[in-house]
Amino acid sequence: MQLAPAAAPGPGRDAGAVPGRRWTHRLRRARDLAGVVPFAAYVIAGLVLPMAAIGIGAFKTPFTGAFTLRNVHDATHGIYLHGFATSMELSLIASIVPGILGFLIAYAIYTAKRGAVLRRVAITASGVFANFGGVPLAFLFIATLGNTGLATRWLTDIGFNPYNNGFDLYGLGGVAIVYMYFQIPLMVLVILPAFEGLRPAWREAAQNMGANGWQYWRHVGIPVLAPSVLGAILLLFGSAFSAYATAEALTSGTIPLTSIQIGSFLNGNVLAGQENVGYALGLGMVVIIAMVMFVYVVLQRRAARWLR
Amino acid sequence: MRKNKTIAVAAAAIAGSLLAAGCSSGSNAASNSGGKDWSKVTSVAQGGGMAALIKAAKAEGQLNVITLPANWANYGTIMKDFTKKYGIKINDANPDGSSQDEINAMVQLKGQSRAPDVLDMGTAFAIKADQEHLLAPYKVAAWNDIPAAEKSTDSTWYGDYGGYVAIGYDSKKVKVAPTSFKDLTKPMYKHQVAINGNPTQASAAFSAVYAAALANGGSLGNINPGIAYFAKLKRAGNFVPVTAGPTTVQSGQTPIVIWWDYLLASEVGATDPNFKIVIPTDASYAAYYDQAINATAPHPAAARLWEEYLYSVTGQNLWLQGKARPVELPTMIANGTVDKAANAALPPAPSTPLQFPTQAQESAAEAVVARQWAAKVG
Repeated sequence: MQLAPAAAPGPGRDAGAVPGRRWTHRLRRARDLAGVVPFAAYVIAGLVLPMAAIGIGAFKTPFTGAFTLRNVHDATHGIYLHGFATSMELSLIASIVPGILGFLIAYAIYTAKRGAVLRRVAITASGVFANFGGVPLAFLFIATLGNTGLATRWLTDIGFNPYNNGFDLYGLGGVAIVYMYFQIPLMVLVILPAFEGLRPAWREAAQNMGANGWQYWRHVGIPVLAPSVLGAILLLFGSAFSAYATAEALTSGTIPLTSIQIGSFLNGNVLAGQENVGYALGLGMVVIIAMVMFVYVVLQRRAARWLR
Repeated sequence: MRKNKTIAVAAAAIAGSLLAAGCSSGSNAASNSGGKDWSKVTSVAQGGGMAALIKAAKAEGQLNVITLPANWANYGTIMKDFTKKYGIKINDANPDGSSQDEINAMVQLKGQSRAPDVLDMGTAFAIKADQEHLLAPYKVAAWNDIPAAEKSTDSTWYGDYGGYVAIGYDSKKVKVAPTSFKDLTKPMYKHQVAINGNPTQASAAFSAVYAAALANGGSLGNINPGIAYFAKLKRAGNFVPVTAGPTTVQSGQTPIVIWWDYLLASEVGATDPNFKIVIPTDASYAAYYDQAINATAPHPAAARLWEEYLYSVTGQNLWLQGKARPVELPTMIANGTVDKAANAALPPAPSTPLQFPTQAQESAAEAVVARQWAAKVG
């Protein structure tokens, strides 16, 4: 930590009686802090101010600006409460399943023999897939797995119409499947470096002491990877929770998702003068992410204890 | 990354409001062109006649419009023709934006030279903008040709063009032509029917639900049967809940689309000669968009000239050529100034007199759709 030396009690502070030294100490301290100014400005402009605006807007009456609890009440009842539940259900499915699949793929890449080329190809491909989203992605799936999509027609030709067997691209399950398209590669991208952080020496040491493969993973590999895996799944959760355009293009709002509901208030053409309920929904999303972060920090502390 | 649009929108809104707070003290240099404060002028006569208005507008030299797509109601041609006629450059901001975006832009860019001068927005949003004192009252020369139901009493907004909710279909894929909402429930239209977006967000989709309500025993005061209709259509497998547009029609995913007749014509029909448009026999629901002038327009004379141009016979006929129905159409048919060929190309309008929802009815219907759409149809 950059700030630690400046804050630590040391000779500089004890020698405060000498004005010149106090002055240089302050200068040094200012210089140390200067390094974080761009980041702090970024965080303030990109996170603190928007959150403050959402927090204030959530308790305001439209037009008059008077304080009210009405927006928060609306946002936590009826279809909007249902929206939070559906959003969380979708985000959990679309973070845990791709988390597991991405983990296994990354493991396969990590253990592949002569895997240098494979690794490079996989990382590049993952980088491309993980950033493909929005309406184009929705259309890609509509054209392949939609009710008259290419793949659907092939399957129907060989006697299996997925739509007659419970499959529906335009429901919650369909949206979750579409999200896998960018979530799995995202998981591969963020978890592969963690695998590469596992030192071969640890495995050799474990084997020297008679551990088998399972024991190595049980007592060394998984505990070391756990914080990274949790962090990656949290990232996937946030990505699915805030995703918007793909679900909107696929479902026209027939499944209630908080991000789509916020969109209806903030940039829609139908609901006028209710942006403040949108702010209240935004506040709810912030609270949910904060709770998930809290659980993550607690779990990570437990996982990291082993490393100390 | 479009996925994270929500957050980007929120961040942009906040950044915008900060900017606006910082810049709102900037002076409005253009408002005094020709020694007259055009931002207070409420009619062309009061401003000293058409010649004075044209002179002042030319001196300003520019006009900021917002959310006007070139292929929407012929706006591409209209803007080009205006520029050619008066030598005034048009800056079109955010062509694919929504009515709410227009209000946001007026608030956030207030006092800046980039702020929108003129607006084209849904009625609910025009009323809201008026309540927030964002609009300048102005009566175009043709004011009396606009039906009273289509303009505000304080002349801050006025209906411009509109159309009917219609059924468009690709006649190559849809062999039996549907003519009503009732037809669309038939099993032969399985996996074929779609609307243009989310009815809690897109006004065209909302209007499709309103029209479906009228066709199924509902009324302007009761939109519930419309939601029930789409729920039934979804259960039958006929309703495909994707956001329909030219691409989904061309690729065959949504051969039937319920949308505004003029947008079916300009956005889908323009690229597909087999695309047919009918106004359903069991529901005639129409709506107009509205024109308005920003009260703090950076180019107040050009803004007023734009309105005069749009409500002239030329402007009205250009909308008509874009398959939209201009608000002066009945008058123009009566006095023979209408472009007859363009009028004949429209899908025939039902003879029943049109009814428009009151503001209270529309707000109530919007609230019902917001609560019920996902719950019932999903």
